[in-house]
Parts: sequence; structure tokens; C-alpha cells
Amino acid sequence: MTIPDQTPPATEWDSHGAESRLRQVLEAGHFAVTAELNAPDSADPKDVYANAAELGDVCDGINATDGSGANCHMSSVACCALMARAGYEPVLQMGCRDRNRIAIQGDLLGAAALGVRNVLCLTGDDVSAGDQPEARRVFDFDALHLLRTAQIMRDQGVLLSGRKLTTPPEFFLGAAANPFVPPQDLRHLRLAKKIEAGAQFIQTQYCYDVPVFEAFMRRARDMGLHEKVYLLVGVGPLRSERAAEFMRSRVPGVHIPDAVVDRLAKTPRKGKREEGIRICVEIIEEVKQIEGVRGVHIMAYRQEEAVPEIVERAGIKRERPRE
Amino acid sequence: MPGSEWFKNRPRLLEGVYAGSKLALRVLYPLLKRVLPAGLRERVFVWSEEVSKGYLFNCQMCGQCILHSTGMTCPMNCPKNLRNGPCGGVRQNGHCEVIPEMPCVWVQAWQRDAQMGRYGGEIQLLQPPVNRALQNSSAWLNLLEGVDAQRPSGWTAIELE
Ligand code: SF4
Repeated sequence: MTIPDQTPPATEWDSHGAESRLRQVLEAGHFAVTAELNAPDSADPKDVYANAAELGDVCDGINATDGSGANCHMSSVACCALMARAGYEPVLQMGCRDRNRIAIQGDLLGAAALGVRNVLCLTGDDVSAGDQPEARRVFDFDALHLLRTAQIMRDQGVLLSGRKLTTPPEFFLGAAANPFVPPQDLRHLRLAKKIEAGAQFIQTQYCYDVPVFEAFMRRARDMGLHEKVYLLVGVGPLRSERAAEFMRSRVPGVHIPDAVVDRLAKTPRKGKREEGIRICVEIIEEVKQIEGVRGVHIMAYRQEEAVPEIVERAGIKRERPRE
Repeated sequence: MPGSEWFKNRPRLLEGVYAGSKLALRVLYPLLKRVLPAGLRERVFVWSEEVSKGYLFNCQMCGQCILHSTGMTCPMNCPKNLRNGPCGGVRQNGHCEVIPEMPCVWVQAWQRDAQMGRYGGEIQLLQPPVNRALQNSSAWLNLLEGVDAQRPSGWTAIELE
């Protein structure tokens, strides 16, 4: 594995035209694994490379978050460009909280030029969730506008205004789904709408409640949605019951059943990390059996080093040659 | 007179009022256009919308009303301004991620849409981006003039397929 120290000559990392490898993996019918990069609070590219190196060998795609939880980190476009340059397969998360439609379309073009092929279109957590709640929220677009606009740029070769692009971007477009929050019995309809707007793959919010997820998938299958989109289930290890409490009370949209929190609380302190990983592995094993699930998305915030172990123990490891 | 919550929870009644008003305005509009000069017309409409829709829906005067497609619930009350909601941040009690005391606008919209007859199911439509230039103009006049149906031309291109 080579990690570039300085900017390689332009020709070496000009990957425009390359296809999404994540898409190829999914189309080939493999059980895909994606994971979330911890975007650094740093201006040093090595911090991105180091983190990506922990994930790269066991993942088909690495998501760079876009100021997740409304906290400022290195931008997702930059993280993705660095990863693409080092040969990883980045998934660009783009939210609507911080940019208006002009910036969004500009960033999409820029990201494509830098070698990004996968884009996850999000609404975004509100500014009130982060450490700078006094910031202005933008939300000029919603996630569906973003999806459709990216699709228009790719398929019609124009900007939203109708102005022509000389070279349209190649995108594999994704969206999020959160089956675990109200209105739970209607969340599959929102999924349908996102597919209509252009979503080709889905990464869900953290799944800690498999029965709720199963019910969601049943309704989605009744509409045939599982055949129209590649769905990856969001999972992640919990470090302790305190971390779980924090997440479910402070991170928007995260639902963790009491049974999971109790299980961690009952575990002696030294075994908590292991128990959190075990819960995560069990959930992967369960959701893998559900018809329509095509992979998992592992969000191991500040526990990236646990991802290879989780992949191994859940029996979803494959050889993944890096290009 | 019952409070506006009473009305909000009767989407069927409201959609009837909406459909009736639309019909009446379409019929009366040619006459209105003759008696009221453009500037005054805009002022009269804006004022009456601020009062009536303000009371009934907490209308934010976006100028491109889609109430009948969103369970007669004004989507511009969503702090994220979603036109295709809800977001993934809804709390377990159905309240808003951003304003914990407020029920999520979009959870209400979906529930009310399910009760509606004439326009029920329209919540599934993919709503285009908001035209921010229409803020504080009259949605009724924009409807009658067809202004609110205009889309960015890139957006139209794919809808026509
Ligand atoms: S919870 Fe509902 S009202 Fe609040 S921001 Fe999300 S969609 Fe809008």
C-alpha cells in the first residue's frame, strides 16, 4: 500500500471517467461493506490517509461525512479527493445545511473532477445539534432536490438552470433512510420517493432495533423497492451504555432500544468494548438474512480500528484489491 | 370561533375550503383584474393571505402554496424548510429535531394527507425546489397567473421524460 506524501502529478490521479467501484461490487451481487471515515479536525492529509488505511482493506467504499452532527471538520469534498488520490473508493456525503443550490452544483462538479463517483445526498443535521448553533442554517434544497439535481446533471448534462455542461459528471447516487423514527409505518413511502428522485443506493441510520427494521423491509418489499435500490444497513459498535445514552439523546435520529443499553450496563467495565462489538456483529448477522439487504454501512465513530475485526467476525470479509 | 388547531386537525374541511376558493377565484379573476390595478391587487391579496392563511396554517408567505399536497399543513414551518419531508431527525415522540416542543410538521402532514379525499395521496409527489424570489408575494395571484408552476428549465427537462 502506498500513501502519497505530496501531490502526485495531475495525470496520475486524474480519474475522471472511471466507474464507481462500489456500484460494480453491488451489481456483481457481493455483500457490500462501507464504513465511515472520521473526518479530521486538521489540515494534514496524512490524518485522512491514516484513517482510510484502517478501513480500506475491508471496505468497498468509505464515506466522508459532511459536518456530521453540525460539527465542523475537514470538508467531505476534500476528504474524498484525498482518498480517491490514494486509491480508495470514496463516498461523498453532501448535505443541504451549509450550501445553497449554486454551491451544491459547483461542489458536485468539483468532486466529480477530483475522482469522486459516489454521492450520498442528505438533508443534514440541524445547526442546533452542533458546537456552533449560532450559525445560519441554509436548507435552500432538501435531500430530494439534491438527488434529482445530481441526476439531472448526470443524465441531462445540464445545470438546474438548463445551462449545458461540457462534460457531465458520472455519479452513483445514494440517499439515507431512517426506518427507526416516526412516522415508522410510512418510512417506506419516503424511501420510494427517494428512489423516484434518483437514489440508486441507500445507507440507513444506525440499526439497533432489528424487528423495526424487518417491518420496514417487509413494507418496502411489498412495493418492490428492494429490487430498485441497493440497500446497506447502518450499524456501529457502542463503547458503553454512556455512549449509547449520549447518542440516543443528543445525536438526531438515533434510536437505541433499552434492551441494548441495559446489556451494556450489565457488562463489567473491562468487557464493555467487546460487548459493543459483539452486539454489532450479531446485528449484522441478523440483517444479512433479511431479503433485500445488500450490504452494511459501519459507522464506528472514533473506533475505526474495530471495523476490520467486526467485518471479520461477521463473516463478510472479501478480498478487496485496491487500485 | 374555534382555535386554529381545531381547523388544522380537520384537513378534509380545509381541502374543501381550498378547492372552493380556487374555483371561485378562477371565475372571479377576470373581473378582479379589471377593477383592481396590479399594485393594489397584490397588496389586497397579500394582506388577506397573511390574515387568513396566517391564522389557519401559520403561513410563511413562500408565494407558491402546496398546502393541498401536504395534508393542509404548511411545510415552511419545518425549520429545515423541507418540501419533501420528513427528515431523519424526528424524535421518538413525533416531535421536531430542531424545536423539541413542536410536533414535526411533516409527521402531521403525512397523517392528515391520509385522511384527505380530494387531494389525499398527493404528498407522494416530488415537489420542486422553492423559488425563493417569490417570498412574500401572493400565492393566490401566482397560482392564477401560473407563476407558481414555473420550474427551473433543467428540472422540467427530466419531468417531461
Ligand atoms: S423533525 Fe420534522 S419539522 Fe423538524 S426539521 Fe425534521 S422534518 Fe422539519
